[in-house]
Amino acid sequence: MLNYIWLALMVIAIIVGAINGRIEEVTKAAVENASTAVDISLGLIGIMALWLGVMKIAEKGGIIQILSRAIRPIARFLFPRIPKDHPAIGAMLMNIIANWLGLGNAATPLGLKAMEELQTLNKSKDTATNAMVVFLALNTASITIIPMTVIAVRAKLGSANPFEIISTAVFASTCATIAAVTAAKLMQKPRVIRRSDPDLTDRGRKKGEEDA
Amino acid sequence: MLDSLSTAAAIDTINQVVQTATGGSESLFVIIMKGFSNYAIPFLLLVIPILGFAKKVKVYEAFVDGAKEGFHVAVRIIPYLVAILVAIGMFRASGAMDFFVKLLSPLTNLVGMPAETLPVALMRPLSGSGTLGLVTELMNQFGPDSFIGRLASTMFGSTETTFYVLAVYFGSVGIRRTRHAVAAGLIGDITGLLVAVLICRVVFL
Repeated sequence: MLNYIWLALMVIAIIVGAINGRIEEVTKAAVENASTAVDISLGLIGIMALWLGVMKIAEKGGIIQILSRAIRPIARFLFPRIPKDHPAIGAMLMNIIANWLGLGNAATPLGLKAMEELQTLNKSKDTATNAMVVFLALNTASITIIPMTVIAVRAKLGSANPFEIISTAVFASTCATIAAVTAAKLMQKPRVIRRSDPDLTDRGRKKGEEDA
Repeated sequence: MLDSLSTAAAIDTINQVVQTATGGSESLFVIIMKGFSNYAIPFLLLVIPILGFAKKVKVYEAFVDGAKEGFHVAVRIIPYLVAILVAIGMFRASGAMDFFVKLLSPLTNLVGMPAETLPVALMRPLSGSGTLGLVTELMNQFGPDSFIGRLASTMFGSTETTFYVLAVYFGSVGIRRTRHAVAAGLIGDITGLLVAVLICRVVFL
């Protein structure tokens, strides 16, 4: 699906850009965003190193395993194929808590640590497992209890109560999370998607077969 | 829902009381929240190494061992993020967004969404900073306490930047075949944005 969306974005951009006479801006955006992407990635090195270091201590001290055990019932429902008390569960829990608290800087490294743990259980290293898709669904619709950035903007623009959007935002993002996770769970079932499940068929998959 | 609404109302009252009492611009709630975010990270940086040490982990060695992965992870993300951000950047620069706004605008009335907030909804899964820019513009134009201002703020907080998250998370472990992840993420986005309209109409209109 990402193949189609990615291609569509670029094709639409170039056609519409040409019609609008904005083709130069399109070119400029392509070049600029390519280096922005590198800046963002490299900018992660320090913070990644910090949290991966802390997480290694937490892992060796058994703290992540304790967290994994604490949410066993929920984990068994969301991620039935992950062995119980696997460190992936603890890492995912820490990522989700960091997201809820709006600790964006910590949330990404913790999430990437969780992905690394999930990848150790993956039989087909270039293909997402069901557990990964559910975890991504939790993250792409992430609940933030205090969306500080937008509150700060509201305060700056003279809002009488910058915080009044907290309850509406939490409600909307909770619904988004439930919908995304339900969708991820339901979409595991159809044959088209099951066919590419690394847990079921890591052998005999044709190369270059389209992902659904 | 009732709970969070009454919490918001309570916070509102606290804000007003504290503001009138102190005459200052920082309410008690802001002070608590700031203290909370200021101490959350130091708390983890204190508790995890101490617990590790208590469990006889060689904390310094473990830290360095984990940290050395940071560079590789960051570098591994680069191609995925370049692919996504270039496509999104081109799309935004071409003015194609206006075209989609026009295309979808008949639908906004159906769900009770003010036409002005449609660009926010379309931008949300693509770009976090882009969305924040649009939300700021709308609040500047209509005021942060207008219905449009409140709805735009709620939309911003209702979901994450799906394509960025997908690129970074899958990129970090080299996953190219994302299967149904994009679809699940977008279903979450659409739900979050529609629910934002609905709940804002209930609460603020």
